[in-house]
Amino acid sequence: MVPTPAPLHLAVALDGAGWHPAAWREPDAQPQRLFTAGYWTELARHAERGLLDFLTIEDGLDLQSDDRFQADSRTDRVRGRLDAVLIAARVAPVTRHIGFVPTAITTHTEPFHLSKAIATLDYVSAGRAGIRVQVAARAGTTAHFGRREILPLEPDRLGDPDTRRLIADHFDEAADYVEVLRRLWDSWEDNAEIRDVATGRFIDRDKLHYIDFEGRWFSVKGPSISPRPPQGQPIIAALGHASVPYQLIARSADVGFVTPRDAAHAAEIVAEIRTEQARAGRAGMTVHVFGDLVVFLDETKAAAVARRQRLDERAGTEYHSDAHIFTGTAIGLADLLQEWQAAGLSGFRLRPAALPHDLTQLTERLVPELRRRCLFRARYEADTLRGLLGLGRPANRYAAA
Amino acid sequence: MTKQIHLAAHFPGVNNTTVWSDPAAGSHIEFDSFRQFAQTAERGRLDFLFLAEGLRLREQNGLIYDLDVVGRPDTFTVLAALAAVTEHIGLTGTINSTFNEPYEVARQFASLDHLSGGRSAWNVVTSWDAFTGENFRRGGYLAQGDRYERARTFLATALELWDSWRGDEILADSGTGQFLATAAPGTFRHRDAFFDIAGQFNVPRSPQGRPVIFQAGDSDEGRDFAAASADAIFSRYSTLEAGQAFYADVKGRLPRFGRTRGELLILPAATFVLGDTNAEAAEIARDVRRAQVSPQTALMFIEQLWNTELSGFDVDGPLPSFDPVVSDTLISQGRASVRQFAKDPVALAAEWRGRAEAGNLSAREVVIEVTGRQSFVGSAETVATTINELVQADAADGYIMVPHITPGGLAPFVDQVVPLLQERGVFRADYTGTTLRDHLGLAPLRRAEQTTAARAVAAG
Repeated sequence: MVPTPAPLHLAVALDGAGWHPAAWREPDAQPQRLFTAGYWTELARHAERGLLDFLTIEDGLDLQSDDRFQADSRTDRVRGRLDAVLIAARVAPVTRHIGFVPTAITTHTEPFHLSKAIATLDYVSAGRAGIRVQVAARAGTTAHFGRREILPLEPDRLGDPDTRRLIADHFDEAADYVEVLRRLWDSWEDNAEIRDVATGRFIDRDKLHYIDFEGRWFSVKGPSISPRPPQGQPIIAALGHASVPYQLIARSADVGFVTPRDAAHAAEIVAEIRTEQARAGRAGMTVHVFGDLVVFLDETKAAAVARRQRLDERAGTEYHSDAHIFTGTAIGLADLLQEWQAAGLSGFRLRPAALPHDLTQLTERLVPELRRRCLFRARYEADTLRGLLGLGRPANRYAAA
Repeated sequence: MTKQIHLAAHFPGVNNTTVWSDPAAGSHIEFDSFRQFAQTAERGRLDFLFLAEGLRLREQNGLIYDLDVVGRPDTFTVLAALAAVTEHIGLTGTINSTFNEPYEVARQFASLDHLSGGRSAWNVVTSWDAFTGENFRRGGYLAQGDRYERARTFLATALELWDSWRGDEILADSGTGQFLATAAPGTFRHRDAFFDIAGQFNVPRSPQGRPVIFQAGDSDEGRDFAAASADAIFSRYSTLEAGQAFYADVKGRLPRFGRTRGELLILPAATFVLGDTNAEAAEIARDVRRAQVSPQTALMFIEQLWNTELSGFDVDGPLPSFDPVVSDTLISQGRASVRQFAKDPVALAAEWRGRAEAGNLSAREVVIEVTGRQSFVGSAETVATTINELVQADAADGYIMVPHITPGGLAPFVDQVVPLLQERGVFRADYTGTTLRDHLGLAPLRRAEQTTAARAVAAG
């Protein structure tokens, strides 16, 4: 008997005009509209027509730069971006099924604010919210806030013990941050609002809870000002390339984005995350591990290669990425996704090299191909993002058993 | 010259003025309530809707206060979502400057302004208490004097960030390959006692240039702050005499900051009750006030003034015969109104007792008398006439209407009062502009003007 293959989860990573630095110059690009609601609405609706699980939106508290460590002064790249959580909130009410996982920086922001922002995103999307947490190590970002002395990362000192400790600190802070988000989301029990006219009480205050979080970087009293969101716990995601962020994924996240070179590497990463998960006492919990891929998709492999070359020529440099770059057809990509799925990944976050072209290829070529292989949904089977990811609505940690 | 009236709608808040016990009262958190409220306001061609903010749940006697509406969404997020289901109406959010940093707030408002096509406004407030600070890494306590100073420099810094993009940087010329006209857009440097920041702002200039700036402070410092830098004041003076006094005072301060009278709007908050006749409205208003002050709520108000727990106290009997407990420690936390009580509680208690004696009132009846009297009570005709007279008499430039029922309480005003004002030619029949600045009659900003505003704020 042929086993039924497990379905794949698919997300699309939206960023500006696409991930290739020359994407904004493509004939079908809309670089003048990058800062409008209409641009993001069209992309989200497009992704929803393709029945994708969710979209992510990149963000940062500094201007984009080709240099990992500091600002550059290029004028030939997309620069400037809107707040990702607010883009998601602006688009969510005009979509019905797709999930929204905007990016937020944990290093300089307040967990109390972000917790209620994502709870509210969950309300305005009727249960389709998530958040991808990211640390910000660039010195330039730190100078935008001026509150903290954070040692800047320097390219030639990445292996130093001091630098390693600094990176570990950033991720420990992110873990504390996520812990506060989760506690605040649970700080109201689901039935805390009682509207009891006889006793004059709007809430049963015994069902609201102080979270009393105390950590190295912040302490937060609680409870949240916002009631528990529709999903109970919106999705938490993080991207990782090494053991320290893998630990954050294993201990704190619902979805991890990772960047394997090949199937064997994917298997190694998944094994490491599963080990960490067990060590953190989360062995029984679903933690999706998604492979991140940059995609150049066309009708033929030759066309995709030619387009990538053309984009590289326009950018003046060969495109590199932290993620594996796939250049080819939807069928070829489906083969690769299947192979990597067999190595233990449960889904993929695909980064379109150029928008809308590669998104169209995903929804009109890749998705039907995966469906032919019984690897992808034919319709949305759940109303919430947790539901799409096969996660139940979690019990409240503060509710009496 | 006849003034055009500005009207706005305040989403019902978390005070006892919001009657959650009414069978018509809906959710205070579900998005549908906000959508319905915003669409009703837009149907009435109102200038904007207004959201308040609170960053810690209120407490009394060390327990979370449970008698009023509790719980609300994040301001920025719900306003961005409302931009998706409305087309014209302005989106005003109260955002605290104490528990935030300028870079983040500036980019959130610039983003909201882009995503709403130029409809954003910021009601700048400050907080100071360590009680609220317990929810934030910024934490802490600010002395009264530092409060305005920090708010002033916070706003000055935000203005610099919004001004750091001129508006002509993005070429997006795919032919030449130039996305930017300049190599370092958004460059800024700001240093003062509170903020020492530098770098590049990462949101291009938004449709309005920056959000419309609201201020709500009432102290001398607060009024100067508003006269220097705000586009509108959210005030509490909705009556003729108090309104005129406040209006004259604040407008009179404008020349000192090089500004004209039309550059700062005075918009008091106002509650209302409508009826088919004035007599019917008065009767409904009495019922509403009783609903706003339940026996339990009456007891809480008395405890706040007396600053002590009074378990077992009968609110249908007389007020306590002893004087309030005068102490730096207040039994109520996270509530602005209590500071009014704390100024001279003994004298205020004597005043309450005087009213009780004069009117033979029970404790609860006194509370009903002294709190929450509606601003406008009458037939639609009466309310429309009153509002117009107040605005023409320079008691205000318009009103921010605060209904007592969520979300449906605004509809009677929009359906009955607004058409009368439109008929009289004192309120717009339709939107004539696209941005909130347009609705408010504020001229579009040129960059130079903004810089002047930033300098004025910085100079204090």
